[in-house]
Order: sequence, then C-alpha cells, then structure tokens
Amino acid sequence: MSRFKKDDKSSVPGVSTASLPDIIFMLLIFLMVSTVMRESDLKIFVTVPGATDIKKIEDKSLVKTIFIGKPLPTYQRLYGKEARIQLNDAFATTDDIRQFIAAARDNLKENDRPRMMISMKIDKDTKMGVVTDVKQELRKAQALLINYSANEVDKVY
Amino acid sequence: MAINKRKVPEINGGSMADIAFLLLIFFLVATTIDTDTGIMRKLPPMPKEDMPEEETKVKERNVFVVLVNKDNELLVEGERMQLRDLRNSTKEFIANPNDREDLPLRKLVDVPYFGMTPVTKNHVISLRNDRGTSYEMYIAVQNELASAYIELRDELATKKWGKKFDELPDEMQDAIKDIYPNRVSEAEPRNIGGD
Repeated sequence: MSRFKKDDKSSVPGVSTASLPDIIFMLLIFLMVSTVMRESDLKIFVTVPGATDIKKIEDKSLVKTIFIGKPLPTYQRLYGKEARIQLNDAFATTDDIRQFIAAARDNLKENDRPRMMISMKIDKDTKMGVVTDVKQELRKAQALLINYSANEVDKVY
Repeated sequence: MAINKRKVPEINGGSMADIAFLLLIFFLVATTIDTDTGIMRKLPPMPKEDMPEEETKVKERNVFVVLVNKDNELLVEGERMQLRDLRNSTKEFIANPNDREDLPLRKLVDVPYFGMTPVTKNHVISLRNDRGTSYEMYIAVQNELASAYIELRDELATKKWGKKFDELPDEMQDAIKDIYPNRVSEAEPRNIGGD
C-alpha cells in the first residue's frame, strides 16, 4: 500500500492550459498594437477618378505612392489652393521626386527594383500640367512602371 | 453537503484558446487593407540628351491622333468627337475590319494558334493633352482606349476559344496580344496655352 501512495505523489501533474487563452489574447493585442499600417497622413484632397477597366495591384510592397491634389484648408494659407504634390508625409516639388524614387529604390531588394511601381493618386480636378511634370520626372528617374489610381465604376460618361 | 451541491460548476476554459485562434484567423482572412486599383501604364524611357530623338516615320493612315484641349473637348483625327463614341472608333481603327484605305494597313503575320492573320502591326494611337486638361478627362480617355483593346481581345478570345481574354493561359494571351498589340503613345508634352 505504501508503495502505491508514494507513486501517486511523484506523478507529474498535467500542465494547466487555463492560461493559454490569455497568452493568445496577449499575442493578439501585442500584434494589434505594434502593427503600424503605414497610411500616409494626407494633407491634400484626393478623390481619384473612376474608370471601368481597372486592375488590382498585386504586390503592395513594390508600390510607392505619389499624391497630387489641392491642399486641405489648414494648409491652404501656406501652400495656396493650387494642386500640390505630396510624397510620404510632406509637401514636395517636382525636384524632390527624383530623390524620392532613388530612396524608394534603395529600400527594395536588388531583384525587385525593376518591378517597382509608382502609384499616382491624383485628384480628379487636377490639371494635367502638374501631372505631366511629374511624369517627366519619373521618366528621368527611370521609374517607368506607373499606375493611375482609379475606382471601379460602371460607366464613365 | 447541501452547500456543496449548490456550488456552480466551473466553466471549462480549455477551448478558450481555440476560440481566440478562430477569431484571430477570421480577422486575418477577412481584413483587406484597402487595395489599390487603377490603370497600369508604362512610360516611354527618356531619350538620351546627346542623342536627338529619332523621328519615327509613321504613315498618316497608321496614326490615330487623339487631342484633348483645356476645355476637355476631344479632337479625334481632326474631328470633334464625344467621349462615348471614342471607344468604337478606336476599335475600328485598331482592327480595320473592312480593309479601308484610310485606316492602318493590315499585314499578314504568322501568329501561333491562328496561323497567317492580317494584323495592323504598325498602328499607333497618339494621345496628346493640354496642360489645362483635367485629370478626370485624361483618365476617361485613357480608360476608353484601354477598353477598346480589351473588348477587341475579348471578342477574339470568345470567337476562338469561347473564353474571356483574362481566363486564357499565358501563351494564348500572348498570341492575341500579337494580333492586337497595345500601342498607345503619349506624345512628348507640349505647351499649348497656359495652365
């Protein structure tokens, strides 16, 4: 009898899984908090035009975005009401584009560089003058793959 | 004994982890961080500065000139046109189904799957806009030109294989692209008038 009792005592108790959900929740919350969805702070109005035949961008990591549009009311005193370019989080001029492209290219892996795409999110009321200037800069910077950002609509006219 | 009996039984927390995982996976799958959509284009490379741009000689009948002025009006091949008519006239220009003299020349080209096919190989659609053109109009025109190609390719794909162009395997898509090559050219910008 005494032998049995001794055995009982030394048996390893099962690991309690009661705290597992807490661990998972902690992971969930940690991930939620630490994830930064890098959504640039827009300082301009951008309502992209509509188009019927649009494609989805497959690989988002290869995409860099250039915004063009009218500054928000808060910035209009400083930057005026004409369409301006925004790169990352700041207003920019056409001269900054080449550096922006170079920096973006440096951040990519060597074999991804030719596939880099520039997405142009341009307000539909913008005049083509600015857009043409930007396009010329992109050509000079050898960033030839571009995407005119547009929403899907059924009819354009 | 009576007190013991009234005790509420403890809820089994063992499956909580599974529920949390299920939630986690559901959100992972269901979340789409706003996907970017649009019209993809490839810009022509910048001509080298020491090399003057070669004036590519293109015959008059092979060029389809689309002009958009600062008031967002269309001038197509020297005539004013409404946006809704652009798609069909573009399609007619690209395909030239009736072998018209003023539309691009069709040359017989050997295309895989199709054999010898007449193709308007040298056609060019030249899109030119003013600095004052609105971006919305520009995209609308780009969209119409893109649709013209997509419709032509879809028509051919449906006729040949009974499927849409997008549903075909790559080799078949390439064959159709050989017949209807996308040749939209954005001419060098010019300053006509002010901003």
